[in-house]
Amino acid sequence: MITSANTKTWQFRTSKQYMLRWTGWFWLVALTVFCWNLMTEDTIWAFVADAPRQASDIGSRMLPPRWGYLNQLWQPLWDTLNIATLGTLIGVIIAIPVAFLAAGNTTPSRHFVRPLALLIIVTSRSINSLIWALLLVAIIGPGLLAGIVAIGLRSIGFIAKLLYEAIEEIDVSQVEAMRATGASGTQVIDYAIIPQILPAFWGISVFRWDINIRESTILGLVGAGGLGLQLQSSLSTLAWNQVTVIFLVILATVVVSEWVSAKVRRAVL
Amino acid sequence: MTGAIPSLRTWKRPPLILKDPRWRWTILLGGAIYLVLAISSVEVNWFRVYEGLERGWKFIQGFLSPDFSSRWRDIQAGLIESLTMTLTSTVAGVLISVPIGLGAARNLAPLPVYTICRSIITLSRSFQEIIIAILLVAMFGFGPFAGFLTLTFASIGFLSKLLAEDIEDCDSAQIEAIRATGADWWQVVNYAVQSQVMPRLIGLSLYRLDINFRESSVIGIVGAGGVGATLNTAIDRYEYDSAGAILIIIIAIVLVVEYSSSYIRRWVQ
Repeated sequence: MITSANTKTWQFRTSKQYMLRWTGWFWLVALTVFCWNLMTEDTIWAFVADAPRQASDIGSRMLPPRWGYLNQLWQPLWDTLNIATLGTLIGVIIAIPVAFLAAGNTTPSRHFVRPLALLIIVTSRSINSLIWALLLVAIIGPGLLAGIVAIGLRSIGFIAKLLYEAIEEIDVSQVEAMRATGASGTQVIDYAIIPQILPAFWGISVFRWDINIRESTILGLVGAGGLGLQLQSSLSTLAWNQVTVIFLVILATVVVSEWVSAKVRRAVL
Repeated sequence: MTGAIPSLRTWKRPPLILKDPRWRWTILLGGAIYLVLAISSVEVNWFRVYEGLERGWKFIQGFLSPDFSSRWRDIQAGLIESLTMTLTSTVAGVLISVPIGLGAARNLAPLPVYTICRSIITLSRSFQEIIIAILLVAMFGFGPFAGFLTLTFASIGFLSKLLAEDIEDCDSAQIEAIRATGADWWQVVNYAVQSQVMPRLIGLSLYRLDINFRESSVIGIVGAGGVGATLNTAIDRYEYDSAGAILIIIIAIVLVVEYSSSYIRRWVQ
């Protein structure tokens, strides 16, 4: 029998790769355990152990839903829709110029204007609409206007980011063709760029509107009007059977808006 | 022949979307009516807004000259809660969503398992973090533990859905090749599926880490721990310089997480 000493059996990875992987996983686990300990330092485990009982207690209070409460929800629902729609409108109106200033191929100045536009986008995107609402309620007082402006400010970053990426991806030959006819800067934008980004633009706006409907349902928690306001008052009076009704209304609204947005996006794209 | 051509037609720009004029006018008119109704239903106390402008200006000043020091202990505690919550919930979310994602992929799971896993995903995706946080805070008490559970729950829906779609998009030739060697289900998953979806899974997890941090700064408003609670207190006390400091820290961390995660994703893929 001949046994060759260097028959290599196939291995999934080399031993060095294995080592690298295991050290990587080791550090991840260690970091997670460390974070877990830090996080649960102040957790009162008696409350956690009590949770199933609390859950069944809340569950029994939530059911049956108080359907009569639905009649008081139509006005807040209308307000919520308005917050989302008007907020999206404000966001779109401001986002369009910001997107053109931020896109590398349309910005008037790469070193001065573009970073500024990107800063606007980043600021708007990193702050959640609930935090915007919190600020605006403190500044311009509780009510629908704070909600609308909060949704608007939050939408600017999202719409402008996706739109400027769409502008940067356009087909340059059409721009050049327009320029060859002697078109001015605005004419190039109007005839060469806008037709190319318009489907993306409608898709992005409707997508954002859909997200805004979701977000505007809870803005009332901090005083910005809409369904969240009713949710807040039901929660603070511990009227859990009303909370159920509000949750169901929110769920229905979200499902319908998602359906509408999917329909519209399929129509324009 | 130098006679004028009678039917000299000038080019008219065709409408970009909604080619049918009837549809175009109906939608325009409907939109206009909606706008009038919506704007008229928004009650604005302009006097209050005018008063608020001064406060808004103060906030901008606070944002430009942030005060990190006087509330640093609270900010630090909030940040530690937010960051630990983010990491632990992402890890827990990934661990739970991998089996659910496998179960929700139609090419790997039998129909009953598929249905169960898909309904878990739908349940987790239909409510937003804030609403889940309200319920979990009521059950588990205030603090980061409720926040951890909220973010884990939300991560499950997000990650399993995208993972399942990825698995379904897998190259079926590789799966069949492994199956043809007589491999059992585990071996198929390990050798054919895992190697195809792993880069995407790492990318998705990093993306979710980013989202979880953003959310962790918000759910504190309803009592689920994190820097949101600190921010809420700062705004309620009109301490705009401290609030500005917190917002700047949030924006900075979001930027760092976003850039490093996009860097790692490019490196992995």
